[in-house]
Amino acid sequence: MISIKDLSKIYLTANQRIVALDKVTLKVEKGEIFGIIGLSGAGKSTLIRCINRLETPSEGTIYVDDQEIISLGKKDLQQVRQKIGMIFQHFNLLSSRNVFDNVMFPMEIAKIPRDRAEKRAKELLALVGLSDRLLAYPNQLSGGQKQRVGIARALANDPKLLLCDEATSALDPQTTHSILKLLRDINRQLNITILLITHDMNVIKEICDRVAVIDDGAIVEMGKVLDVFSNPASPTSKGFVNSVIGNEIPEELLHLSRSENNQSVSRVIRVSFVGASAGEPVIFRMIRKFDVEASILFGNVSRIKDTPFGSLTLELIGPQSLLQEAVDYLRNQGLEVEVLNNG
Amino acid sequence: MAESLLGSVSFLEVWILEKLLMATWETIYMVVVATLLSYLFGLPMGVLLVATSKGHIFEHSLINRYLGGIVNAARSVPFIIFLILLIPFTRLLMGTSIGTAASIVPLTIAAVPFVARMVETSLNEIDWGLIEAAISMGAGTWKIVTSVLLPESLPSLVSGVAITTINLVGYSAMAGIVGGGGLGTLAYYYGYQRYENSVMWMTVIVLIILVQGVQMLGDNISQKIFNNRR
Ligand SMILES: Nc1ncnc2c1ncn2[C@@H]1O[C@H](COP(=O)(O)OP(=O)(O)OP(=O)(O)O)[C@@H](O)[C@H]1O
Ligand SMILES: [Mg+2]
Repeated sequence: MISIKDLSKIYLTANQRIVALDKVTLKVEKGEIFGIIGLSGAGKSTLIRCINRLETPSEGTIYVDDQEIISLGKKDLQQVRQKIGMIFQHFNLLSSRNVFDNVMFPMEIAKIPRDRAEKRAKELLALVGLSDRLLAYPNQLSGGQKQRVGIARALANDPKLLLCDEATSALDPQTTHSILKLLRDINRQLNITILLITHDMNVIKEICDRVAVIDDGAIVEMGKVLDVFSNPASPTSKGFVNSVIGNEIPEELLHLSRSENNQSVSRVIRVSFVGASAGEPVIFRMIRKFDVEASILFGNVSRIKDTPFGSLTLELIGPQSLLQEAVDYLRNQGLEVEVLNNG
Repeated sequence: MAESLLGSVSFLEVWILEKLLMATWETIYMVVVATLLSYLFGLPMGVLLVATSKGHIFEHSLINRYLGGIVNAARSVPFIIFLILLIPFTRLLMGTSIGTAASIVPLTIAAVPFVARMVETSLNEIDWGLIEAAISMGAGTWKIVTSVLLPESLPSLVSGVAITTINLVGYSAMAGIVGGGGLGTLAYYYGYQRYENSVMWMTVIVLIILVQGVQMLGDNISQKIFNNRR
């Protein structure tokens, strides 16, 4: 759906040369929800805005549905933009138009016949649950309702792709949840590919299939959300994962080594469960099988999109060789194991 | 004796009131027409000033620089000098340089650059995100001007119209002194040259009422549009 290759964006200001994007390469598949996460200033907005050319890239290529974006002339670009929906952090609804006319706006641009457009606007506003607010003005709506109008407006011209620039960052958690649910329904029912950027790992966890972590203009990690959650590779990704799972272990705990003596040592490990294995008593079997002591320091089960995802931090105590075998056993059972201290 | 004196006073007052009414009408006529004409030219100029500015929807540094230069130059000429400078041009255009119709020419020309800057200020108040949203939907320059820039700044534009009109009321009085007609001529002719202070004061009162009325009307409409959207 989207194929970006070696995309760079350099801002030249009066006395500075800012590399906002540094040779970014990524592919977004048809029908998926792809998230890009990064800290403030990482280049997320720049990246997503290059895709519909709100920003002109310095280098690289972008294909959307086999259509090269960067070389497009003005008129062609306008045509292509009509088929790429976009929603914004601050909604950007026209205060001079009511809800209904805001949704009509993109169809006016695309010169859709009035009667057909009106029918479509009503359908879309029903889809986002705002049928009873057609005549309200944006200033009379809550943030969540405004974003629903934004979504209806973005869908007006039947886009195949929806770009979301921090679409829930101005909303409270409850409202965020309902907007994300709406995006997910849209993704499923209308089979629209969604590319979203966020600095909130909860958003990624809730609706994304795949995620790319961007740091300082470069992509440092990319993969299925479950994989990144269970095995974050870069420090940035670890930070994001921890922000959601909350399994940061206090330093002191790692160096406690309470019961260490000649025969037994202590290991603090973090085990991640994904999907079905989350329900299996693997840990219990491991304890029985290897005769090691285990105490639970921290545990957490949540849901990543539709898959249960758990993480358990354990302290294992026993002879060194036995501990190694126990860890290997867990790994063989398909669990992700990270040893947090090494004696 | 007393009766005939009273009669002559009231006769005088009726006569003056008629003059005053006529002059008021002339002023309103000049100001309204000049306001309309100055927006006819000033509004597109203001839009062009904004749209051609750096990073905007119709960026064009050459147009922007020249237009801005002309506007600034025109705005730095005091109106009274404009009046005199424009006499040959007015004569060419209207066949005469005195009277109500002729006054409309310098009034309009003086107001156009003023209007252009006011429109520019109003349009620049718009949140750039709205323009960007329209761009992201594939809107062209014209569509953005007509569906985003102008409607979104309408309350502010209306306030601008009121300010322009009020300025033109003042300018028209100035034009009146050099034979432009309206309240200015009345005040000058009877008040200044014939020392009829009451006439002077009456024109002042009418001017105050006019300005007050325009301001209130402008505020009212602007507020109505605003309230409609909340
Ligand atoms: N128009 C611009 N001119 C100069 N530098 C810019 C411009 N826009 C962005 N930058 C710089 O590019 C870098 C990336 O900015 P970008 O807005 O893409 O970050 P972001 O990841 O979206 O951050 P945030 O989460 O705060 O929105 C930043 O260092 C920023 O200062
Ligand atoms: Mg941003």
